[in-house]
Amino acid sequence: MAGPVAPDSVASAVGITKAFGPGLPALDSVGITIRPGKVTGLVGPDGAGKTTLIRILAGLMSADAGTVTILGGAPSERLDDIGYMPQRFGLYEDLTVRENLTLYAQLRGLPGEEHEAVFGRLYQFTDLGRFQDRLSGKLSGGMKQKLGLACALVRTPRVLLLDEPGVGVDPISRRELWAMVGELTEQGIGVLWSTAYLDEAELCDDVYLLSEGKQVFTGPPADLTRRVDGRVIRVTGFADRRRMALTEALDRSDVIDGTIQGRAVRLLIGPGVPIPDAEALGMGSDTLIEPAHPRFEDGFIERLGGGPKGTSALATSYREIPPNDEPAIEAQGLTKHFGDFVAAGDIRFTVPRGEIFGLLGPNGAGKSTTFKMLCGLLTPSEGTGSVAGHDLRHAAASARASLGYMAQKFSLYGDLSVAQNLDFFAGAYNLPRARARQAIERMVEIFDLGDRLSVNAGTLPLGFKQRLALACAVMHEPPVLFLDEPTSGVDPVMRREFWMHINGLVQKGVTVLVTTHFMDEAEYCDRVTLIYRAEQIATGTPDALKAQAGALGQIEDPTMEDAFIALIEEQDRRHTQGEAA
Amino acid sequence: MQRIWAMIVKEMWAVLRDPKARLVLVAPPLIQLFIFAYATTLDVKHVDIGLLDRSSGAHSSELVSRIAGSPYFRHIVPFENFGQLRKAIDLQKVHAALVIDEDFDARLARGEPATLGLVLDGRRSNASQIVNGYVSRIAGEMGLELLPPRMQAAAGGSTVTNWFNPTLSYFWFTLPSLVALITSVSGLAVTSQSVARERELGTFDQLMVSPLRVHEILIGKMVPPLIIGMLNGSIYLIVAPVFFGVPFTGSVLLFFPALFMYMLTVIGIGMFISALSQTQQQAFLGMFLAAVPLIILSGYATPIDNMPGWLQIVTYADPARYFIVIVQGLFLKAMPASVVFSQLWPLFVIACITLSAAAWLFRARME
Repeated sequence: MAGPVAPDSVASAVGITKAFGPGLPALDSVGITIRPGKVTGLVGPDGAGKTTLIRILAGLMSADAGTVTILGGAPSERLDDIGYMPQRFGLYEDLTVRENLTLYAQLRGLPGEEHEAVFGRLYQFTDLGRFQDRLSGKLSGGMKQKLGLACALVRTPRVLLLDEPGVGVDPISRRELWAMVGELTEQGIGVLWSTAYLDEAELCDDVYLLSEGKQVFTGPPADLTRRVDGRVIRVTGFADRRRMALTEALDRSDVIDGTIQGRAVRLLIGPGVPIPDAEALGMGSDTLIEPAHPRFEDGFIERLGGGPKGTSALATSYREIPPNDEPAIEAQGLTKHFGDFVAAGDIRFTVPRGEIFGLLGPNGAGKSTTFKMLCGLLTPSEGTGSVAGHDLRHAAASARASLGYMAQKFSLYGDLSVAQNLDFFAGAYNLPRARARQAIERMVEIFDLGDRLSVNAGTLPLGFKQRLALACAVMHEPPVLFLDEPTSGVDPVMRREFWMHINGLVQKGVTVLVTTHFMDEAEYCDRVTLIYRAEQIATGTPDALKAQAGALGQIEDPTMEDAFIALIEEQDRRHTQGEAA
Repeated sequence: MQRIWAMIVKEMWAVLRDPKARLVLVAPPLIQLFIFAYATTLDVKHVDIGLLDRSSGAHSSELVSRIAGSPYFRHIVPFENFGQLRKAIDLQKVHAALVIDEDFDARLARGEPATLGLVLDGRRSNASQIVNGYVSRIAGEMGLELLPPRMQAAAGGSTVTNWFNPTLSYFWFTLPSLVALITSVSGLAVTSQSVARERELGTFDQLMVSPLRVHEILIGKMVPPLIIGMLNGSIYLIVAPVFFGVPFTGSVLLFFPALFMYMLTVIGIGMFISALSQTQQQAFLGMFLAAVPLIILSGYATPIDNMPGWLQIVTYADPARYFIVIVQGLFLKAMPASVVFSQLWPLFVIACITLSAAAWLFRARME
């Protein structure tokens, strides 16, 4: 895989292999070259080996095989030229912004008299000057990453290694971070940006795509997307049945991948087959097919051999949720105070049976607070809510019994086996013995857990953890599902599989509430509400929000992320005007 | 009921699934029992004593050889002058020094009372008092024998019988208390981790969105430490008589209800700590914060009667205080049921308080 070391590299690694214990190695003969003045993307789902490779490059870990060269020497000889921003634990949360910078300056041996000049430059660069005296633990996700970046820059490095700087960062801060990195590359610094978000890969100059420790693609991102050029289509004209349409399309042999995008369905057609026409797809006479812009993710999916088929075995065996005129989820003026601080104010929405509703917003804006109030983890200060007809205040336990919950972080019992986890959740949801046994058998079959029943859940690969989490959440066939950023960090094929199940369940009448700042998860929603500074600033279908943003920012064909940013910036503008008036 | 059962099974697995964890639950308490039993010796043995014998007569030699023959003394270090004696005490080479005056033999020979000097190291006050007792007893016996037989009878004296612990073996005293202390430390350790671990690992929210009620969660979390505590208590019940020869004279039917009630008080404390803690580390430190006063105020190491008045009142809140009375009574003096109950009801009250406080705090800190 790894070619000869390019002459203009600031860092390179050849044939890196690293194993932790028996089993598949974390890295299997991986090579990488970081060029000066370029952003090199290290892309792959969680557990692909990104952090291991970065730690090896930074000299924090030694490889079992292979060589690392940083500016012509070993990493340990070039520490002064390496800037490294770890994924977590990089900052001391009990120290202020200034104290963190001072500490890093001292650790990196920056002479005391240079501190002020360097800090001044960094404050300006990161726009953190106003927050010098704030504890870094109290910063938002985006500001933490900026501070982390500043700490890595106290001595201007020639190689900058950034381990998932985009994690936990809302789209606006993410854009700012990219702009900052852009400035750094102009100075000739070679930047390595690792990420699990495939859309970030498109912004890199070179991409190294990892999957389970193996290098699956190397080169400029356009090289990967070029392979699927002309094979991506956008199908519209069947708004109300788009989930069914996607399921049917995916079951066709010529379609290798598909996602929902607002009211449309986006399909990737297999190589060497003609693009099917509206009649072939059989989606009705109004169907409109137009070519779509290929994305890096399409290329990755194709590399991985395509996404899953459309029919969900889970949904097929799921009970039909009886139709009901009452809303499945209702929020009426939900408000939560923590002391003087309003975490969520007057949140109102209703979700009818069989819809997906999305809560969007930057971190700390109030979407998690709203979510937690609705699933009974927080008691609202004001307002009421109900889930499946059960009032949250007066029938909290019945409300809890009728929802299934799946969190972003793996929240099952890692030191219990897969079977014990399933047993526990079957019992916790009061399934009678015989039904519990049936339900567990069904989950094991659907999610292919048979070989892993006695394995500790904590040691499962990420994809299987996610399957198990979904299995535990739906075993009792709840009418309502609560999903908290369910697919963050998961590889795109697993993400497709997850949404295939959710799509199927929704067709059976299950109602879904999902929080996310992942824009492609937002696209699956029937309606979304954007929460910013504890307020609902926009509610509607993804397409309506995109249209609204398009009008606001005069953007043509805006993405969900563009809409997110435009709507929040508009709110900020109104906020400042309000203050000025 | 089914939910509670699921919760108990899950908690048992959480504690027992790992073979290492299983070992940790039973082996260290047993090892502790053996180490503590031998380490917390209250006997003073193998004493080195100095001797400044200025008399050097038959009687003084007799006294010295009696001391040398006693099992409590190891070496007798002779000194030539007072300066050597002072130095040896100062450097803690000897615990005490016996000073025999020049006229010791002469006075005894004349039938007059003679005096002995004993220099003790006040820095080691407890041991010194005991050494003083040993030397006084030996000297007293010798003095008595020197009297004419007629006067020996008139001199009277006392006969000491130690009830409940005839040989004054310290095992008999420490082992029953250790049963109480070690079961409480292991009970506290297991319970205090239970909620904190879920918080730290992120499973707490998942638990809270399930239809499990608070009391079901709490009961589920209390059962495993209760079972482990009862199991450890039963092991000690066998080990103490078999390995240490401490008799269990009371009724097993009283021991287990008392142990059960005591475990409930301890689990209440542990659960309170766990509900308060955000991380396992905090829970661990909190456990130490609770365990130390629990042990110190129980009267295990120092008699409660010797504590200042206000602290004696505080000890009434210490469940270990009552349980130690019960276990010592059941082991050594066949404590009757009525006396056991007089110690059991305060335990019941404390259990109600600690468990309700834990439940209240758990509810209050759910968000």
